[in-house]
Amino acid sequence: MGLLQFLQRIEPDKKKSPLLHTAYDAFFTFAFTPNTVTKGGVHIRDGMDLKRLMVYVVLALQLCYLFGSYNIGHQHFVAAGQHLGFLDAFHLKLAHGLIKMLPMFIVTHVVGLGMEFLFAAKKGHAVEEGFLVSGALIPLIMPPDLPMWILALSVTFAVILGKEAFGGTGMNIWNIALLARVFVFFAYPTEISGDTCWVSGYDSLAAGSAAEYGWWHTGFFNSIFGSLGWPQFDAAKTVVVDGFSGATPLALAYQGGMEAVNQHYTVGQILWGAIPGSIGETNKPFIILGALFLILTRVASWRIMAGMVLGVGVTGLIFNAWGFNDFMMVPWYYHYILGSFLFAMAFMATDPVTASGTNKGKWIYGFFIGVVGLVVRVMNPAYPEGWMLAILFMNSFAPLIDYFIVQSNIKKRTSRV
Amino acid sequence: MAFMLNSFLVFGQGTITPSWAMYSILGVLILAGLSALVGLTANLIDMEAHKHGVQVSEDGWFTKFLNQFTGETKSSKVHKLNRGFEILINGEVKSSQIVSKPVSRVALKPYTFIGLSPIPKVVVEVGQSVKAGDEVYHDKKHPEIKFTSPVSGEVIEINRGDKRAIADIVILADKDQQYKKFNAPGKDADRAALVSFLVDTGAWTWINERPFDVVPQLSSQPKNIFISTFDTAPLAPDNNLIVAGNEQAFQDGIDVLARLTEGKVYLGLDGSNRGQLSTAFTNAKNADLHYFEGKHPAGNVGVQIHHIAPIKSGEKVWTMRVQDVIALGKLFATGEVRRSAIVAIAGNEVKEPQYVSTFPGASVAELTQGNVTDGKLRYISGDVLSGKQVSVTGFMNEKDDQLTVIEEGDFYEMFGWLMPLSPRPSASGTYPNGLFPKMKFDVNTNTHGEKRAFVVTGQYEEVLPMDIYPQHLFKSILTKDVEMMEGLGINELSEEDVALCEFVCTSKQPLQQLLREGLDYMRTEA
Repeated sequence: MGLLQFLQRIEPDKKKSPLLHTAYDAFFTFAFTPNTVTKGGVHIRDGMDLKRLMVYVVLALQLCYLFGSYNIGHQHFVAAGQHLGFLDAFHLKLAHGLIKMLPMFIVTHVVGLGMEFLFAAKKGHAVEEGFLVSGALIPLIMPPDLPMWILALSVTFAVILGKEAFGGTGMNIWNIALLARVFVFFAYPTEISGDTCWVSGYDSLAAGSAAEYGWWHTGFFNSIFGSLGWPQFDAAKTVVVDGFSGATPLALAYQGGMEAVNQHYTVGQILWGAIPGSIGETNKPFIILGALFLILTRVASWRIMAGMVLGVGVTGLIFNAWGFNDFMMVPWYYHYILGSFLFAMAFMATDPVTASGTNKGKWIYGFFIGVVGLVVRVMNPAYPEGWMLAILFMNSFAPLIDYFIVQSNIKKRTSRV
Repeated sequence: MAFMLNSFLVFGQGTITPSWAMYSILGVLILAGLSALVGLTANLIDMEAHKHGVQVSEDGWFTKFLNQFTGETKSSKVHKLNRGFEILINGEVKSSQIVSKPVSRVALKPYTFIGLSPIPKVVVEVGQSVKAGDEVYHDKKHPEIKFTSPVSGEVIEINRGDKRAIADIVILADKDQQYKKFNAPGKDADRAALVSFLVDTGAWTWINERPFDVVPQLSSQPKNIFISTFDTAPLAPDNNLIVAGNEQAFQDGIDVLARLTEGKVYLGLDGSNRGQLSTAFTNAKNADLHYFEGKHPAGNVGVQIHHIAPIKSGEKVWTMRVQDVIALGKLFATGEVRRSAIVAIAGNEVKEPQYVSTFPGASVAELTQGNVTDGKLRYISGDVLSGKQVSVTGFMNEKDDQLTVIEEGDFYEMFGWLMPLSPRPSASGTYPNGLFPKMKFDVNTNTHGEKRAFVVTGQYEEVLPMDIYPQHLFKSILTKDVEMMEGLGINELSEEDVALCEFVCTSKQPLQQLLREGLDYMRTEA
């Protein structure tokens, strides 16, 4: 218990330096569960608390992080026509992925948590854990080459206008992580749409343009790899090959349906995620594992996920029957593995604060996310993916869904004779 | 049958080619035949069951079959509740032996009655002797309702708390109990005579009125009266043991209650342990029996009311504890206030959990002397979910039949939220508890986390088997929206019903306190 006593001794004064005390309190309660006891109501409490809840979502994301980081590196070399086997030059791909991923992770957390600490100190309450999940989600839904200042700006926007303006964790109307993304999407559209943004490390994807390496590549990692006698990063050799487009399967499906997709990618590639896309959403089995983990631990609502699956299935079938263009003819079951449907279903739509609060409402909420998301995906030429907009749209309607369900309960009770 | 046989014959001769219409008619006929057979069997089983005195559901098999999917069990007498949660704690009373422990000090605590003014009129003085049944105090607003002594003895202390409110009135109990003699009204007495007798003896205060859990006013006309004969709370005593030997008194009590209401007396019985129930419950006359199957809070009278005959706007219902029904029966049989309390002393810090027979409001120190472990302990009059904290030098609450002793959890735990050092009960799936459904826990009073804003949804519903949206109700209490509160069913709830919601709450919200604030607001505003 030496650590405990040390930590207790260095506790800063709350009145003199509120921000320091808030930060201290956040880290202290992170290291030690406080010694508070029940008073007044129940005498024993469940072992579950908000920290544990949030960290379970973060745990569920770990496989996506691992694969996403590696896939950044893989896509980088695929563009240059090098190391085409997925596990070839493992160390280079991982190193490149980490060079892209870690700064995003750090910037997101420094900016987001800094914001949280500031507001907590100002309002005089403890730091709530909401940002643990938002912070883990934001890097996963961004393109790998996003400039850090845009990332910092989007996180600031999401935390201040999306959360703190509404009163903090538990009070927000829209999903924080998606607000950060939608900010980038509308403020800096070229950074997050089109074919070129999903492959990192090149200034442009025109044939012949060389990779851009910084000190971490050439100085840090190359010296390590060199001393081990492994292949090193070489910007002169890593040039984009002829005919590489970097288009995602969805972009291809929009142009020419499933046929166009199949010319570039096999179903196996789409499923296992060795394709360009947002960092966390490409590997479907890992997302499904994460979703199952969340369902088994009852951290996320299975009703919302089931509602979404149902919504996409029904809408997909309608589109198949309609068959207006090539994208509508994509068999309905392919929509489950194309794009970021599964990631949105498992981690975005299930945010309990912004989703419907009633069990019936969760079905309706999930179902309509499925419907709206697929409509945006298939029918909107400006943007080939719809989940971000669909979830934010249904976030706005979740209170209304709950309102009607609660009103029907009230009506049932008051009409008892 | 003949038609079916014919059609087979025709097929055999090959004169008609079998079409889809033929097949579907055949299918329908086979289904109809099967269902007739199943229905007949079900009826035969029901008849046989009636012969053996087993209560069966009034619904037909088909309704029951449908109910499995819809969860509706409204019209049946067996109520299967799927939602709830069982907290298994070490220190359960295993022996069914009841140890007699007539303690020397007993206290009355006026503040445990909701709605009483904090300074009631105490009509006894220190040093005065009282008999069991003598008035001790009354509310100044309702002087007609008397609170009487459960024991005979000498008043030794009248303690005051904050703002001179009466904390407790301590009585040193006699070794040989003296009972004040009352004249019990006969079987043909009218309701007014019954009420005035109950008020004189103090038995009126044994009645609990819902909504709000108050002592009823004299003018109160209950729609129905409900008695739950089993307690599903953690470490709760077994009412079958309590009623043993008092079967007649229990029945007498029910008979009296039945004369106080124009509605019915409803008994909630434990449907999960149907074989082991006392005949006092299963053969009770003058009452409607309803079986409840399910986890805690299936034994809560509030949950049972919700499923039997929910409280409508403006209605009042009464409830009474089994031990008070027995005392009521004895009161009418003998004309004396003979209240004993059988208390389960349980919890993981009790060395030998046991049942004791004592007086209501007994001294905690005397009950637990030498039977608890060392260390910082919490004494709870009642169960760990909705009981009240009492000090070791204090007294049980009059209406509690359980004394729980657990460890105070005022210690730090390194990374306790992520990797707890000890197993602990949890309804969440983040602990592997689900794999060990029979595992019992040593519990302590640590909050295991800090209070946060409402984040998780759907959590309360999982442990509240009522058609109520708890989270929306609590939010309406926070905003003091009376119409919304009433519409969302606050009148059907009591602290004990939402105690499990409070236990599972990830955000550690004080829900029982919140509910009481809402109920108080409703009571004073309406």
